[in-house]
Amino acid sequence: MAEFLRLAFAIAGKDIRLELRSRTALLSAIVFSALVLVVFNFARDPTAIAAVDLAPSVLWVTFAFGAVIALNRAFYVERENAALDGILLAPVPRSALYVGKLLANLAFVGVVEAVALPLFVLFFNVSIGHALPGILGVTALATIGFVSVGTIFSAMVVRTRFAELMLPVLLLPFMVPPLVGAVQVTSKLLAGRPLSEMVGWLRLLTLYDIGFVTLCILVFPAVVDE
Amino acid sequence: MTPELLAASRIVRRGQVLTILGLLAATAVYVIALCYTPMEMRQGLAQKIFYVHAPAAWGALVAFAVVGIVSILYLWLHDERLDLFAASSAEVGIAFSLVMLTTGPIWGKTVWGTWWTWDARLTLTLFLFFLFIGYLALRAAVQDRGERARFSAVVGIMGLVLVPFIHLSVYLFRTLHPQPVLLKPSAPSMPPEMLRALLSGMAAFTILYIGFVVLRYGLARLENLREGAGDAL
Amino acid sequence: MTELADPPLLSARGLVRAFGALQVLRGVTLDVRPGELLAVAGPNGAGKTTLLRLLAGLMRPSAGEVLIRGQRLTRDDPEPRRAIGLLSHHTFLYDDLTAAENLLFAAKLYGLRDGAAATRAALEEVGLSARANTPVRHLSRGLLQRAAIARALLHQPDILLLDEPFTGLDAPSADRFRTVLASQLARGRALILVSHHLAEAWELATHVAVLAGGRWALEGKRPADLTAFHARYAELVHG
Repeated sequence: MAEFLRLAFAIAGKDIRLELRSRTALLSAIVFSALVLVVFNFARDPTAIAAVDLAPSVLWVTFAFGAVIALNRAFYVERENAALDGILLAPVPRSALYVGKLLANLAFVGVVEAVALPLFVLFFNVSIGHALPGILGVTALATIGFVSVGTIFSAMVVRTRFAELMLPVLLLPFMVPPLVGAVQVTSKLLAGRPLSEMVGWLRLLTLYDIGFVTLCILVFPAVVDE
Repeated sequence: MTPELLAASRIVRRGQVLTILGLLAATAVYVIALCYTPMEMRQGLAQKIFYVHAPAAWGALVAFAVVGIVSILYLWLHDERLDLFAASSAEVGIAFSLVMLTTGPIWGKTVWGTWWTWDARLTLTLFLFFLFIGYLALRAAVQDRGERARFSAVVGIMGLVLVPFIHLSVYLFRTLHPQPVLLKPSAPSMPPEMLRALLSGMAAFTILYIGFVVLRYGLARLENLREGAGDAL
Repeated sequence: MTELADPPLLSARGLVRAFGALQVLRGVTLDVRPGELLAVAGPNGAGKTTLLRLLAGLMRPSAGEVLIRGQRLTRDDPEPRRAIGLLSHHTFLYDDLTAAENLLFAAKLYGLRDGAAATRAALEEVGLSARANTPVRHLSRGLLQRAAIARALLHQPDILLLDEPFTGLDAPSADRFRTVLASQLARGRALILVSHHLAEAWELATHVAVLAGGRWALEGKRPADLTAFHARYAELVHG
């Protein structure tokens, strides 16, 4: 187990170091999220719909789009010089490779979300202070959900033509349960509703995370091993 | 004729027979549906579209389950034929879901004035449709046959696991956002003639599904042989 | 020849690999022992690269098995991979990391106890210590080759698989490389070298084999006369 984690962290660490060197994917994702927020702002009529009603949906669509942009890089870096083969040659369990990539992706998407959230508060003038711990919690839950599926899909599509198009096409149906849950919980948190109203959704999110991370670990070898 | 060619041709023939049987059965069901079932009070003739709509949804669901289960078998046994079978089921499934997704709005607009509702069945079938599209698009985008089979199997299995979560999401959504109760003809309070017609429709579509899939599978086997011959040259 | 008590370092039994209906390898068997270098030649499309990928554990055989010290190489057990090193057309290096960083990462993958020391030693051995902290992107072709060799040898693999390693090397680099190979053999490693230009590795090779149409057309101890062998090769492949 310790060996497994050591390898996963080594792979995640390498990915993070690589991204810090080139920074391209991260910056694109951050800029993209900011643009989405700006578009949403101009797309709505402030007199017709209160910001706080629209806020959860806007926030989560932004997070979702940003995540899809950030996810594409995960296996793209392994294409140069057949670096992935270098990892597969080594005595590394395929599940450790998956978890390493998952951790790196969570870090990247986390950074994008960390930048998008304050921008969101700024642009939409929504006060989230009272609900912040809850929002951070549900963000973590939902993000693990769609990044886990996104990681395995990005491993597949990187070898196809139209990779940037294939990833959203495959991933979007899988993003719906975590997104719906996240929007519902965020909306209730902002409205100060009691926890009992959110329990069902939180259970859904947790079950989704456990289910899909496990499933992805199980099927990942079929994706990378010939 | 090589043995594989013979086997594949035999499968195609069987598929053709089953398809014709299915089409005949379906026609019989519609004659019954149009002439022998009672007219629904509030909806009138438009309600009869239900006898296409519901079996099509059933067919799509069966097709999807088959894709998922055969995908698991493929990852376990690595038999290329399993992959071809799953792909055939996906193609038939997408056709059935399209039928369901077009008859749904036609029915909805005619009877209730809305093109679309987010009720459980329509929503689920819409998701199946998107999953089928993703599955088939991925297959089209991958050149290497082994890779294509492996990737499709992974997507098939993941899609299968997704379905209960979609169901749960819709259920939670609806209990929190009660929607106007729509007339559901599939409720047990259906007169026996309707129920009989519905069940016959399901049976006919099941035969049709099997026929289409076997036919498509046989054709896929033939295609595979042709590609293989091309590779070996 | 007496039966050796220990199993060979690397064995293959009846390796078959098919891509759909196309059979690239149709049953290949081999044994390589410490200190042996098996040179494999064959026409394009004979299956040489596929063979190496199967032996390296990067590809699963359609039939047959690969044995590392008598232990089957399977997908589930990563341990036997520790004994294998592969030098292929691709360098397995990340362009944005330095040579040293690339090697340190590889050291972690192989679970080497002192990654830093192993990295220093490997860079030293290939003569890359001076440029260790340059991003791989900026290395010349020759230095890139050296970095790739360092990565392949980092974990001291008992078995080295080499795919056309002399491609693009100038004479001095080829000489340097031959020295590296010789020292590996002296340390009791087993090497399999695939090449179009057998002359490059002729002196070092202990055994020679020709792969044609997915099978061995010829295999055995390396004969003394290269010219005669070339004639036989031409006969086998084009005759």
